[in-house]
Amino acid sequence: MDALMQFLLSGMTVGAVYALVALGFTIIYNASDVVNFAQGEFVMLGGMTTVFAHAAGLPLPLAAVIAIALTALVGVALNKLAIEPARGAPVVSLIIITIGASIFIRGAAQLVFDKQLHRFPSFSGDEPIRLLGAAILPQSLWVVGGAFAVFFGLWAFFTKTLTGKAVLATANNRLAAQLVGINTGWVMTLSFSLSAAIGALAGVLVTPITLVAYDVGVGLALKGFAAAMLGGMGNPKGALVGGILLGLLEAMTAGYLSSQYKDAVAFIVILAVLFAMPQGLFGAKHTERV
Amino acid sequence: MKSNLKWIQLAIVFVLIIALPAFFPSGYYYRVGALIFVNALSVVGLVILIGYAGQISLGHAGFAGIGAYACALGPDYVGLHPAFSVILGAVVSAGMAALIGKPILRLKGYYLAVATLGFGILVSMVLTNERALTGGPDGTAVAKLGLRSWLKDAGIKLSSGEFWYLVCGAVLLIGVWIALNLFHSATGRAMRALHGSEVAARTVGIDVAQVKLQAFVISAVYASVAGSLLALQNKFITPDVAGFMHSIEMVTMAVLGGVNSVLGATLGAAILTLLPQVLTIFAEYEQLVMGLVMILVMIFLPKGLLPSIAARLRGRGE
Amino acid sequence: MTLLQIEGLGISFGGLRAVNDVGFSAKPGEVVSVIGPNGAGKTTLFNMISGVYLPNTGRVLLDGQDVTRFESHRLARKGLTRTFQNLQIFQDMTVLENVIVGFHLAERGHLLADILSLPSTKRRAREVRTKAMDLLKRVRLDKAADQVAGNLSYGSLKRLEIVRALAMEPRVLLLDEPAAGCNAVETEEIDSFIAELAASGIAILLVEHDMKMVMRISNHIVVLDHGEKIAEGSPEEVSKNPEVISAYLGAEAGQDTPSVEREVANADG
Repeated sequence: MDALMQFLLSGMTVGAVYALVALGFTIIYNASDVVNFAQGEFVMLGGMTTVFAHAAGLPLPLAAVIAIALTALVGVALNKLAIEPARGAPVVSLIIITIGASIFIRGAAQLVFDKQLHRFPSFSGDEPIRLLGAAILPQSLWVVGGAFAVFFGLWAFFTKTLTGKAVLATANNRLAAQLVGINTGWVMTLSFSLSAAIGALAGVLVTPITLVAYDVGVGLALKGFAAAMLGGMGNPKGALVGGILLGLLEAMTAGYLSSQYKDAVAFIVILAVLFAMPQGLFGAKHTERV
Repeated sequence: MKSNLKWIQLAIVFVLIIALPAFFPSGYYYRVGALIFVNALSVVGLVILIGYAGQISLGHAGFAGIGAYACALGPDYVGLHPAFSVILGAVVSAGMAALIGKPILRLKGYYLAVATLGFGILVSMVLTNERALTGGPDGTAVAKLGLRSWLKDAGIKLSSGEFWYLVCGAVLLIGVWIALNLFHSATGRAMRALHGSEVAARTVGIDVAQVKLQAFVISAVYASVAGSLLALQNKFITPDVAGFMHSIEMVTMAVLGGVNSVLGATLGAAILTLLPQVLTIFAEYEQLVMGLVMILVMIFLPKGLLPSIAARLRGRGE
Repeated sequence: MTLLQIEGLGISFGGLRAVNDVGFSAKPGEVVSVIGPNGAGKTTLFNMISGVYLPNTGRVLLDGQDVTRFESHRLARKGLTRTFQNLQIFQDMTVLENVIVGFHLAERGHLLADILSLPSTKRRAREVRTKAMDLLKRVRLDKAADQVAGNLSYGSLKRLEIVRALAMEPRVLLLDEPAAGCNAVETEEIDSFIAELAASGIAILLVEHDMKMVMRISNHIVVLDHGEKIAEGSPEEVSKNPEVISAYLGAEAGQDTPSVEREVANADG
C-alpha cells in the first residue's frame, strides 16, 4: 500500500512535467498546426540556463526568470527563422525542420554550456514530506503545482482575455482572423514564446529532482507528445490529463514490472492510442474532405 | 526511353564506385567509402518509402538494428553462417515491418512520424536492456564473414578495407538497380500515385494500404541489410545503430540529397558521411551543423541538392 | 439490363442529413445526369457510390452484386471509376505516367517481377505505354506526354483526368463536373467525348452545371435538392417539372449566377 502511494506520488511529479511539455505542444499546434519536435529543448534550455546563471552568482529566482525569458526568445526565433519561412510546406518538411531545430539547439547547448549533468538547490529544501505513508520531496509539490497553475493560467488566458481569444481565432481560421483585424504574425510570436516559456518553466521546476543535461530534450519531447496524443492533440485539458496519466503509468511500470522498460510505456501508449482511438481522450474527430 | 535514364544512373554509381579509390589519399578511405555505401543503401530504401510513396519514417534505424544484431546473434544462437544471418535479419525486418506497418500506415503525417519513431525507440530499448542476449549498451562482437580468407585461398588478396569497399559497393549497386526498377514499374508508379492523391489512386484500382505496406517492407529490408553490412565490417555492434539519432541521420541524408531521387539520396549520404571524417574538428559541431543543414535544406532547397541543381542546369539549357 | 442500381442511399454528417433516400439506375451506354442547386448533395452522392464515403443507409448494386461497403479500389476492380470536381491529378508525375497509372490493374504483376524488372514487367510496360499514348492522342495531349502534369492548363488536366479513368476500361464512369472551368470549345469537346464513350457501352453518371450540355447528352436526369431526389425522368420531363423549376428558382434567387431555371428552359426550347 505504501509502495503504491509512493509510485502514485512520483508518477504525479513526472506526469506534471510531461503535462507541461504537452501544454507547450498544444499551444503551438493550435496556433500553427505544427507539431514542434523541439519542444523538449525548451525544457532543457530552461534548466541549463538557470544552472549557469545561478553558478555565475545570480540569485536563483532571478536566474530562473532570465532562463524563462531567454527560452521564450529562442521560441520566437524558432518560429521566425525556421517555421515561418516554410509556411505551407508539406508535413514531412515541417517534421524535419523542427527535428533539425531540436538537434541544432542541443548542439548549441553542448557548446555554450557543457556535457555534464547539473542541478541547483531545491526551492524549499530537500526534507521529504510524509504523506499517507509515502515520502514526497517539496520540489515535487512545486512541479505539480506549477503544472496546474500553468493549466489554469492558460485556461483563463484563452477564455477570459481578448488576446487569448485572438489566438484561438487564429488557430481556427488564420485567414478569417486576419480579415477581422487580428495580427496573426503577432499571435504566432506570442504562441511560440508562451510555449517556450512554459517548457522552460518545467525545466526550472524539475531540474532539482531529475537533473539536467544538454541531451534531455528528445526524451521529454517524445513523452510530452505521447501525453498530448493520449489526451487528444490540441486540447489543453487533454494535455494535462494525458501527461499525468502517462506519468502514473510509467511509475507503475517501473514499480511493478520493469524499471528498464518504463520508458517504453510512452511509446506503447502512443501506438495503442493511435490504433484504438486516434482522436485521444478529449480530441475532436475529423472527416476528410474530397 | 525512360529505361535509358535508369542505365545512365546505374552507370554513374558504378563508375564512381570503381573510380573513387584512385583519389583516396590513404587506405583508410576504403573504410569511409564502405560506410558511405552502407548509409546510401539505407537512404535509397527511404527514397522508396518517403520519395516514392510519401510516407515518413523516423524509426528505420530500428530495422538497421535488427539487421545488425541478426549478424551478431545469428551465428551464436542459431548457428547460422554470417552471410545467411544477413538474410535472417532481412526476413525478420520484413516480417516486423509487415506486422507493424499494417496498422501504422493508416496514420498520416505527424502521427505516422511519431508511431514509427516509437517503434524505432522500442527496438533500441530492447537491444540496450536485454544484456544477456545483446551485450547491452556496450555492444557485442560480430563473427567474421569468412569470405575474405576464402578469396585469399583462391588467390585474390584484398585488404579488409578494400574488401568491404567492394562488397558494400556491390550491394549498393544492387539496391540502386532495384529502386530504379521499381520506379519504372507498375508498383513504383502506384506508390508515386498514392503519394500524389490517395483517393485518385484508389479510383484506378490501386490498393493503397497494400502498396504503402510494400514500400514500408522494402525500405525496411534496405535498412536491415545496411545494418548487417555495418555489423559485419566493424565486427562489433552497439545499440546506437538502432538509435533515434541514426534514424534522423538517414532521413536527413535522404532529404539533403533529394528524397525523390536515388542518385540524390546517395549524394546526401556521401556528404553527411564525409563531413565528420574530413573535418575532425567537426565532431564538436556535428549536431549543430546537422540541425542547421536540415532546416536550411528544407527551407531553401525543399527538393534536395541534386534535383535543385538539375533544375538549375535544365533552366539554363532552355 | 440494369448495370448500376442505387437504392435509398443516405448519409449524415454530425447529425446533418446530407443525402436522404436517393435511388436510381443506369444501363450500359446510358448517360444519367444528377443535377441540383449547389449543396444539393450531388458530390456527396458520388462519394458514396464510388466508395469514398460509407453511406448510412441504402445499397449500391453493380451487376446485381451488393458493392455498398466496397472501397474505391475494389469498385475499380469491378469496373466502376470516377473523376473529381476538384481535380485529383498526380501532379509530380508526367502526363503519360498519369495515364499509365490508369492502366494499373492491367499492368500490375508480381512485386518481385517489378523489383527485378523481369521481361514480363518490361513487356507489359511497353504495351501499356502504347495504349496510354493512344488515349492521349484522343484528347490531343500526346504532345505533352513527357511534361510534368502539374504544368498543364486546367482544361488539359480535366481531359487528362478523364482519360486516366478510361484507361482502366470502366463499365461505369462517374464524371463530377467534367466541363467546369472549361471554355466553350473545350466544353464542346468533352460533350462529344462523353457521347462517344456512352456509345461504346459505358454507363455514365454525370454531375454538371452546364445545363445545355446536360440536356443535350443525358438519357435520364435525376434532380436533387437538399439531399432529396425531387424529380427524375427524361430531359424534357425534368425541364417541365414545376418542382424542379421552383427548386432552382429558390436556390438561385438573388444570386449573380445565371439562372439555371432559364438554362433549363433554353435547353428545352
